[in-house]
Amino acid sequence: MTEPLRYDRRGILRTGAVALGGAGLGWTGSAAALAATDHGSGRSPSGAVGTEAVTGAETVAFHGTRQAGVATAPQAHLSLVGLDLRPGVTRSDLDRMMRLLSDDAARLGEGRAALADTEPELATVPARLTVTFGFGPRVVSDLVPGRHGVTLDPLPPFSTDRLQEAWGQTDIVLQLCGDDQVTVAHARRMLVKDARGFAEVRWVQDGFRRSRGSETAGTTMRNVMGQVDGTTNPAPEDPDFDALVWDDGTRGPAFAGGTFLVVRRIRARMDAWDRVGREGKELAVGRRLADGAPLTGSSEAEDPDFEATDDLGFPIIDTAAHIRRARTEDPGQRFLRRSYNYAVPDPSRPGGEDTGLVFLAYARDVAKQFVPVQRRLAELDRLNQWATTTGSAVYALPPGATGPGTTATTTPDYVGRTLLAPTPTRRQS
Amino acid sequence: MNLATTRSTTRLTGPARRTRLMAATTAIAAIAALAAGCSSGDGSDDAASDGGATTTSSTPADLTLVDPWVKAADSGMTAAFGTLVNEGDTDVTVLAATSDVTPAMELHETVATDDGAMAMQPKTGGFVIPAGESHVLEPGGDHLMIMDLSRPVQPGEDVTITLELDDGSTMDVVSTAKEFSGADENYQAEPVD
Repeated sequence: MTEPLRYDRRGILRTGAVALGGAGLGWTGSAAALAATDHGSGRSPSGAVGTEAVTGAETVAFHGTRQAGVATAPQAHLSLVGLDLRPGVTRSDLDRMMRLLSDDAARLGEGRAALADTEPELATVPARLTVTFGFGPRVVSDLVPGRHGVTLDPLPPFSTDRLQEAWGQTDIVLQLCGDDQVTVAHARRMLVKDARGFAEVRWVQDGFRRSRGSETAGTTMRNVMGQVDGTTNPAPEDPDFDALVWDDGTRGPAFAGGTFLVVRRIRARMDAWDRVGREGKELAVGRRLADGAPLTGSSEAEDPDFEATDDLGFPIIDTAAHIRRARTEDPGQRFLRRSYNYAVPDPSRPGGEDTGLVFLAYARDVAKQFVPVQRRLAELDRLNQWATTTGSAVYALPPGATGPGTTATTTPDYVGRTLLAPTPTRRQS
Repeated sequence: MNLATTRSTTRLTGPARRTRLMAATTAIAAIAALAAGCSSGDGSDDAASDGGATTTSSTPADLTLVDPWVKAADSGMTAAFGTLVNEGDTDVTVLAATSDVTPAMELHETVATDDGAMAMQPKTGGFVIPAGESHVLEPGGDHLMIMDLSRPVQPGEDVTITLELDDGSTMDVVSTAKEFSGADENYQAEPVD
């Protein structure tokens, strides 16, 4: 699934309306933004500010058989919100919450204010905002009637886990992503306000990548340890992407188009990492820091040669190197990664901050695809010396809301409808 | 999209209608910018399928209430909001409103009292929406007042409100209930001039 730019008349009209309202995003700038599909390829030799294409008007469609924010090219900013349902919240309560939040997500994603939005001006720059919803194990087992064929087990413990309850499993997750942090912050506030009658926030995990336009779109991200991170990620255009990520309805029609999300908060021990030389750092991963190429190759895209040995007969890619341990012969043990860096102030830690990776993985079957890989890494991975997992959670991501309404339905669709319906065949009304 | 979009009926077709709608759209945007509190300056080019939540009982008037919502409350007073858009050629006046969640509703405006505080009071003559224009109902401004809830209205619930128009027709609007911490102006039954 890609994120189509909206060229339709409604978009143009909306832009015009915004310009008239004097909200600071003029017609000319927005029109330029709508035309600027090939962003990020230009370089400004003068470094002048004010000549870039404005991209804040770009939108990602909220509606579809699958939720946005998974196969969507990663935006610059993440805000992941974990919420716990208040005691006594029922299936029909959750159903009402999902209607409200889906409506908010749809409007904000189009650059429109949410209903009862007290800061409507902050909604006028959609900046590819996506809001993706997930249900935790307790919701699936207690509030999804008959579970609709969906099972969601917590991850097994891994020897490298140093889990903190503060970053643990919640009932609900909201994954907000956008290229503009003001947009993301506004959307988060709006959705949390509309959720407050039903759920309370346990944690917020903010994350970041390179800013939009800082480098060519599609460049593999770097994590805070300086590594190129995510080279072998499945791409939405790959023939096996759908099979790896999206449920095809075998669990039952209610989850067709859904997927599962694994959240791992991985702290990087930067004070210890600082003491390692470049060679040691490259050995730990098996890739060169400069360009992400495997130590046996010359470019990032090249496949690593795990058989290659040096003059002394030692493997060039160490037996405990991260990429060797993560690699599998089984093509089914792969999943989509869409991680974000994090850095939050923490005076109790060296350097005054807690920093690392909000690791986000999406898979049709977590137990088959993710768990075996994580087991191997927990067992042996040179990176474990510097990486500590402090938070862990899994969520079922329901299918997308299929549309703002068709003649066949009486209410607009919302995320979670198919799972929260009282029976698989009858719609909740 | 709106939570009750498909309950709306589309009565507007053709280029002439479209032109007028664009004018209405512009008006909404301008009002939104001025009022800084309107949640519906969305520039929709088709109010009926993009935020309109109006079903018609017997109305010939080209009136829609775009983005209707109600402040959720357990009991007592609350209010409904949205943007009344008149896409027709004649002025429309909303004379009264009713709902099954309350025995009584009033059309209110918000005014400054003698001591400078804001207070709401019944709007004499109802809400007049001139042809091709729109009228914002929002917290701190004009609104549809629900005088005494007969049952709790929970967030996410749909509340049907019936508007009575000056041509004798009525119009049902399905409004989404939302938690909202504002809209707490004092009520005074005696109008301020």
